[in-house]
Amino acid sequence: MMEEDILCPFCGCLCDDIKVEVDEGRIVGVKRACRLGMSKFMGHERIAAPMVRRDGELVETSYEEAYERAAQILKAAKRPLLYGWCSTVCETAKMGILLAEEVGGVIDSTATVCHGPSIIGIEEKGLAGSTLGQVKNRADLIVFWGANPAEAHPRHTLRYSSNSTGMFTPEGRGGRKVIVVDVRRTRTAKNADKFVLIRPGTDYEVIAALRMIVKGKGDLLPDAVAGIAKSDLEEVADMMKAAKFGAVLIGLGLTHSRGRYKNVDGALSLVADLNGFTKFVVLAMRGHYNVAGFGQVCAWETGYPMAVDLSRGAPYFNPGETAACDLLARREADAMMVVAADPASNFPRKTVEAMAEIPVIQVDPFPNPTTFLSDVVIPTAVCGIEAEGTAYRMDGLSLRMKKVVDSVYPTDEEVVENILDRVRRLGDDN
Amino acid sequence: MIIEGGIVYDPINGVLGEEMDISIEDGRVVEKAGGGEVIDARGMLVMPGGVDAHAHIAGGKVNTGRIMRPEDGRRGTEPRTKLLRPSTGYTVPNCYAIGYRYARLGYTTAFEAATPILEARHTHEELEEIPIIDKGALTLFGNNWEVLECVRDGDLGKLAAFVAWGLRASRGYGVKVVNPGGGEAWGFGGNVKGIDDPVPSFDVTPREIIRYLMRANEALRLPHSVHLHTNNLGKPGNYETTLETLRAVEDIAATRDRQVLHVTHMQFSAYGGTGWRDFESRASDIADYFNKHNQFTMDMGQLIFGSATTMTADAPLEYGNARLLKAKWSNHDIELEESSGVVPLVYGRKNPINAIQWAIGLELALLTEDPWQMIMTTDHPNGGPFVNYPEVVALLMSRRKREEEMATLHDLASKRTSLPSIEREMDWNDVAIVTRAGPARILGLQEKGHLGVGADGDVSIYEINPEKVDPSRDHEVVKAALARAKYTIKAGEVVARDGEVVAVPQGRTYWVDASVPEADAARVRADLVEKFAKYYSIQLSNYMVQDAYVTRPRVVRAGVI
Repeated sequence: MMEEDILCPFCGCLCDDIKVEVDEGRIVGVKRACRLGMSKFMGHERIAAPMVRRDGELVETSYEEAYERAAQILKAAKRPLLYGWCSTVCETAKMGILLAEEVGGVIDSTATVCHGPSIIGIEEKGLAGSTLGQVKNRADLIVFWGANPAEAHPRHTLRYSSNSTGMFTPEGRGGRKVIVVDVRRTRTAKNADKFVLIRPGTDYEVIAALRMIVKGKGDLLPDAVAGIAKSDLEEVADMMKAAKFGAVLIGLGLTHSRGRYKNVDGALSLVADLNGFTKFVVLAMRGHYNVAGFGQVCAWETGYPMAVDLSRGAPYFNPGETAACDLLARREADAMMVVAADPASNFPRKTVEAMAEIPVIQVDPFPNPTTFLSDVVIPTAVCGIEAEGTAYRMDGLSLRMKKVVDSVYPTDEEVVENILDRVRRLGDDN
Repeated sequence: MIIEGGIVYDPINGVLGEEMDISIEDGRVVEKAGGGEVIDARGMLVMPGGVDAHAHIAGGKVNTGRIMRPEDGRRGTEPRTKLLRPSTGYTVPNCYAIGYRYARLGYTTAFEAATPILEARHTHEELEEIPIIDKGALTLFGNNWEVLECVRDGDLGKLAAFVAWGLRASRGYGVKVVNPGGGEAWGFGGNVKGIDDPVPSFDVTPREIIRYLMRANEALRLPHSVHLHTNNLGKPGNYETTLETLRAVEDIAATRDRQVLHVTHMQFSAYGGTGWRDFESRASDIADYFNKHNQFTMDMGQLIFGSATTMTADAPLEYGNARLLKAKWSNHDIELEESSGVVPLVYGRKNPINAIQWAIGLELALLTEDPWQMIMTTDHPNGGPFVNYPEVVALLMSRRKREEEMATLHDLASKRTSLPSIEREMDWNDVAIVTRAGPARILGLQEKGHLGVGADGDVSIYEINPEKVDPSRDHEVVKAALARAKYTIKAGEVVARDGEVVAVPQGRTYWVDASVPEADAARVRADLVEKFAKYYSIQLSNYMVQDAYVTRPRVVRAGVI
């Protein structure tokens, strides 16, 4: 049977037009998905059963024991860190925030090592954005800055940006200009009308120079900025001002090079400036399919989108102090719960070393390097394939993920709820 | 439950300060309850639970406000308790704080003022998380491509069918129109300058959009009228646009026993002057017009000094605010439907513009003779947060308080408005109308805003004796009493006592299900299939808000068949 209009639980594009062929409760074919999405739908190695570490080895156990052990670890910890939440649905995040309140923990998402600096940039400046459909229907100029959708968001260009068609963009790519700014000639750069190769760590200087040119102060600039000829920058600024609707799409190249949130502040400011001349929007190319959703849920529940310390009973937010890496780098966290993420692969080495020294609980359908550091491992159903729920696309659009096939595993939400129940019971015993 | 001996103000049922008992059973007001809790309300003010007909409390704009304003989050922090989740925020509180703070004020119902269909799922996710109060959301239609095309083609039947479908798709309650045409023009950075300025690419004018949506609204016999945010809102001289808009729809008649048009946060639409230098109040012109045309209603949009977070589907207005104030600016355009913006700002007593704006809201409320035409709001959090409602009521009830306040303001508040000469002081009956009975009637909520048999058991009791306290003189007593309800009762359950939340039930969400002829519905469906194939960035089948997002619905039926 062919299931239509399925949402893809891989990247922030959250494509919702996937066709999935199901035969006897198993997925046998997938249409329209990219390589990345396809591999998730078709499945790969799963964690078979719950495990706990005994005498240094992970051994299989019952869900009951795994929940109990997880609850004991969180309850005993003075500074538990609850981290992840990007590759799961919002319903899990809600339960996770409640659990963090209950254990007086710190909750943070993968944004902390991804677009966290973008969020801080937004706190400084605000974000002039739009839905992706607005870009599709109107944009005649697309700027990819430190973003490489050809590799990371393969259907982005065709569905939403450079190669899409819409009401005022019937010619698609032919009617658009594309600018790519990056530190190397990426596959995305090959689709560009103008490619600006910048030295790593010079984004802020280049953006600042562009802002000066846009605002008519270009004559104060030297002949080259960060190794780029002023004439090149003037050409980019002219293209921007000549657009009827420009869209700047920012990636991790901007958020994770020198300057970080200041780079993003600069990009957001450039877009605000350009609105004095023409229409411009800016969007962050969010990575995991629901990392944006965690930020939304956390904001409406706690007031803040990430890095929330609930140890005082009231939310306290101070990234640099309360983000996951901060706690681990200071060796402050004395237990960690990882839900739907893989910090062991993505965190700085020093923080992963800190993880190795504390009890770690993993909740995830799939084994990954974090599994090897974990003391309790709880396998779950795959959201968007085996469980339904809400996810937010990279532009903040909320969509409902569907369940395509049954699973023997509990959902992420159920697992977190079970741990929460046991934490509460332990509290009653004390 | 029996509430004994309170001094009851229930304007819908003609009760003006009578000492009487109120009985509630199974969540509703009854003639006589069989038993249950007895609340001694002797010597206290008893009114129906407060109803907020216009506040921005849920959805993308509100959450954008939270995300871009961590400095605001810190201002309202209260830790969790055994019963309550933590609270944060002043102008953009988290969901829990919204429910708790309304309950503490004696409010039991609040409506989110603007939600685009495409992002309604998000709005409902937040509404579901707001505890205690009943709620609903008004759906934005004034810049939707399908609407603009129906208006261009003069196809009222199809427009009505689309409005019915849009309300269902968004699980929305009423038709909100914000800067009609301007949101579409903003798609390329433009705006419309008046009601006859054509909308780019669509060959329609704001006048036509407003008229057609009002006619569709009346054809569908919706419980609420069109809820309009005027063109040119926030600009000096805009009172002329406002009056022109009203004159343009004088011939349209309501098909239900209510207003035919509600103009929202009128304070922002009652400005004179040719620019900021000669900026002045034209509130008296607006109020005069309303005094002669009782088919229209408005709400105040009262300004509160201090921090505010402006948020509106009027995106070009927010861009203007950000440029003028050099403030943080967020913008969010929504494909085929709307645009929106968020800008934080601070209203200053010594700022001449802000001081005049503050006076205009009060002038409007006091110069409009019939309180049923006027709702008390702050357009939360645009004029200021709703927690300041007791301050606004105290101002409406006390000329002395107004004079005390004016003495602290820029003197243009006295020179460029008529407020110093206004003697009127509202009485408790007026207050019960502008905070409860009026908003419930204007929204078309039959079981809200009154305490007759069959009404919802939503009651607020304040520790103030209306027979003994003189609000004109003792305005501080009034403000203090209203800020901490002695009891707030929601569906027959005490949810707040002495200003503290003591129970956290889950409220219901209103939405309107309007029936239309199948032939019109089919024509809408055909249009939608094409729009989703060509223009939307998602599939039609994933668009409509699923039942999972409205777990306790209260569906109001309407329609033409």
